[in-house]
Amino acid sequence: MNRNVVISFGLHAFLVIITAMSLPFLAKKPIDLPPIISVELIQITDKTNIPFAPKAKKIIEKIKEKEKKLVSEQAPPKMVKKEKQDSIPLPDEKIKKIKEIKEEKQNPEKVETEIKQVSEFEKKDLFDTSSISALIDKSKVENAETNKKTDKITQDQDEKIDFGGLSLSEEDALKAQIFGCWSIPLGLPYSKNLLVRIKLQLKPDGSIIQSEILDHARMNKPGQEFYKVLAESALRAIKLCQPLRVPSTGYEKWKELQLNFDAREMLEG
Amino acid sequence: MLFRYLLIVLIILPIKAFALIEVDITRGNLNPLPVAVSPLSIDEKSKSNFKKILKKEDLGSEISAVVENNLRQSGLFNPLNKNAFLQKPDIANLKPRFEDWNLIKAQALITGKVTFVDEKLRVEFRLWDVLAGKEMMALAFTTVPSNWRRVGHIITDKVYQRLTGEDGYFDTRIIYVSEKGPKTNRIKKLAIMDQDGFNNKFLTLGNELVLTPRFSPTNQMVTYLSYFRNLPRVYLLDIETGMQEVVGDFPGMTFAPRFSPDGKKIIMSFAKDGNSDIYTMDLENRIVERITNHPSIDTSPSYSPDGKYITFNSDRSGYQQIYVMNSSGKNVKRISFGNGIYGTPVWSPRGDLIAFTKLHKGKFYIGVMRTDGTGERLLTENFYQEAPSWSPNGRVLIFYRETKTNSKGEGFSAKLWSIDLTGYNEKMVNTETDASDPSWSSLLSN
Repeated sequence: MNRNVVISFGLHAFLVIITAMSLPFLAKKPIDLPPIISVELIQITDKTNIPFAPKAKKIIEKIKEKEKKLVSEQAPPKMVKKEKQDSIPLPDEKIKKIKEIKEEKQNPEKVETEIKQVSEFEKKDLFDTSSISALIDKSKVENAETNKKTDKITQDQDEKIDFGGLSLSEEDALKAQIFGCWSIPLGLPYSKNLLVRIKLQLKPDGSIIQSEILDHARMNKPGQEFYKVLAESALRAIKLCQPLRVPSTGYEKWKELQLNFDAREMLEG
Repeated sequence: MLFRYLLIVLIILPIKAFALIEVDITRGNLNPLPVAVSPLSIDEKSKSNFKKILKKEDLGSEISAVVENNLRQSGLFNPLNKNAFLQKPDIANLKPRFEDWNLIKAQALITGKVTFVDEKLRVEFRLWDVLAGKEMMALAFTTVPSNWRRVGHIITDKVYQRLTGEDGYFDTRIIYVSEKGPKTNRIKKLAIMDQDGFNNKFLTLGNELVLTPRFSPTNQMVTYLSYFRNLPRVYLLDIETGMQEVVGDFPGMTFAPRFSPDGKKIIMSFAKDGNSDIYTMDLENRIVERITNHPSIDTSPSYSPDGKYITFNSDRSGYQQIYVMNSSGKNVKRISFGNGIYGTPVWSPRGDLIAFTKLHKGKFYIGVMRTDGTGERLLTENFYQEAPSWSPNGRVLIFYRETKTNSKGEGFSAKLWSIDLTGYNEKMVNTETDASDPSWSSLLSN
């Protein structure tokens, strides 16, 4: 009898302990939720990136090149870490030179954000209005696409995010560059469906290996003069812009790009 | 197992790898396209021949100057300064060194050659895409030497068409009422000139008052209104032959005769029994047909380019507004609903817009709206301006603008102005005298 009581007591005690141990985990879950949201925010900021990131990248690349020349050909090609580079035995004057260049051209904050993973608060500080507008623009496009098309698109978009899409800031940098180069033919009628899709093959430095108009057959069809004019203007823009402002990394992702030139918004506006 | 796994990976990998990144380019710059207009090359023999006939030192440069001026006036192109050109015209015409033209930021290049062949002027020209490094177009014209300005206009039309996709409007003429003298005693003559203001000619002597000349959309005929012994008469004038005829005497006030799109009818308004309505007249049999029958004042009719509709203004709603109806006069619909008074509606040759004059709070506006009255856009505002007329491609409007007189009655002037649909490229058109009531011809080379 006593034995049974002891077993029962032991099992009950075991259950109480298990419950006591597992309940706090259950209770913690909602507490864990905010960090998930904040993670999303971080992801977005990563995608949007800070507006001067491309500039910083450029500067880093420049410095890389200079350092390559100054230090040796065996200098690490990708990661730029100041301390390590400084520690490489160099003549004092050369070290000074590098430092001077960094001080003149680089905003130290910018470089930090580019190289290191800064904390969430720092990122929030760097998040400016232009990147907000970029976010809004992007969401507009995405919304429009999802409204028009089926679930396939969402999958594609997921693929973009997960596998190989440009980040919003990278896309914005590329767009901004082409906006400046593209002289829109003003005589085009805005009622017509004029969308020119051009597939590009790019070199790692952003220069163009090959450009191909995807609806090339339309170019020489009678009655498609406006399309031809638009396609030619788009090709001119690409040639004028090259080398394109592409990300410094992930060449495999963007070595092939499709640019969709659509002048309707401008012509209507 | 490992083999299976590898197989799956190999199948999935290419799908992932081919996920092409797409970037939508929805904005660009609306700056005029930089174009280099190289002087047309000319050999010494041809140069001296043309110098004898036309008194022009270098006809090649003169023609390229016409092209350059046209392109600049259009507002869509930015002809680059010739001093920056690195390549000589004769070599550029054979094979341009695209790097040189790229260096001065030219996106398109025009080259050409002028020769004197069998007492005639032969001009060949080429349009090059500088960035693509290829020829876009090559054409040659032969004509009498005195037509050299028209050759410049035709070249501009071809270049404009190739680079914008729409027809040009440079090889055209403008008919207008030339005005001289004090405001109270103006001498008004009918005059015609090229669209760039050159080759001005007076068609009437100024003895009679002339009003509202209008070009036929199909040929070089003009209809206008003139007062003979204080009675309005509608005239028909053939610009090519100079032949003029009276189409008819009409009772009371007659307004603004205008051709139908096929050029076979004239549409106008006149007052019969004290009531202004819209009428058409068949030019072959001279039969007059009444189109509107309303106690209000209906004036300023203008056909749509397909001839199916007519726009006009009427005060049937209390104020003068714009209406659209079938060409038979049925289905009358008011399309202007904004504040103010609307008048002189003119249907665009493209068919998509109606241009009008608007009076609101003492200011005159030239504007456009869609044919259903939506999308009203006011292009220009001034003290007094009216009578818009479309360029044949429906991109530019020409109208006239009057200035205020001072307390002594001085300072009055009337000039022609043009503005394109963007509302930005507003320019005064040079005329020898004061000018009003312009009308744009169709393309001469058609």
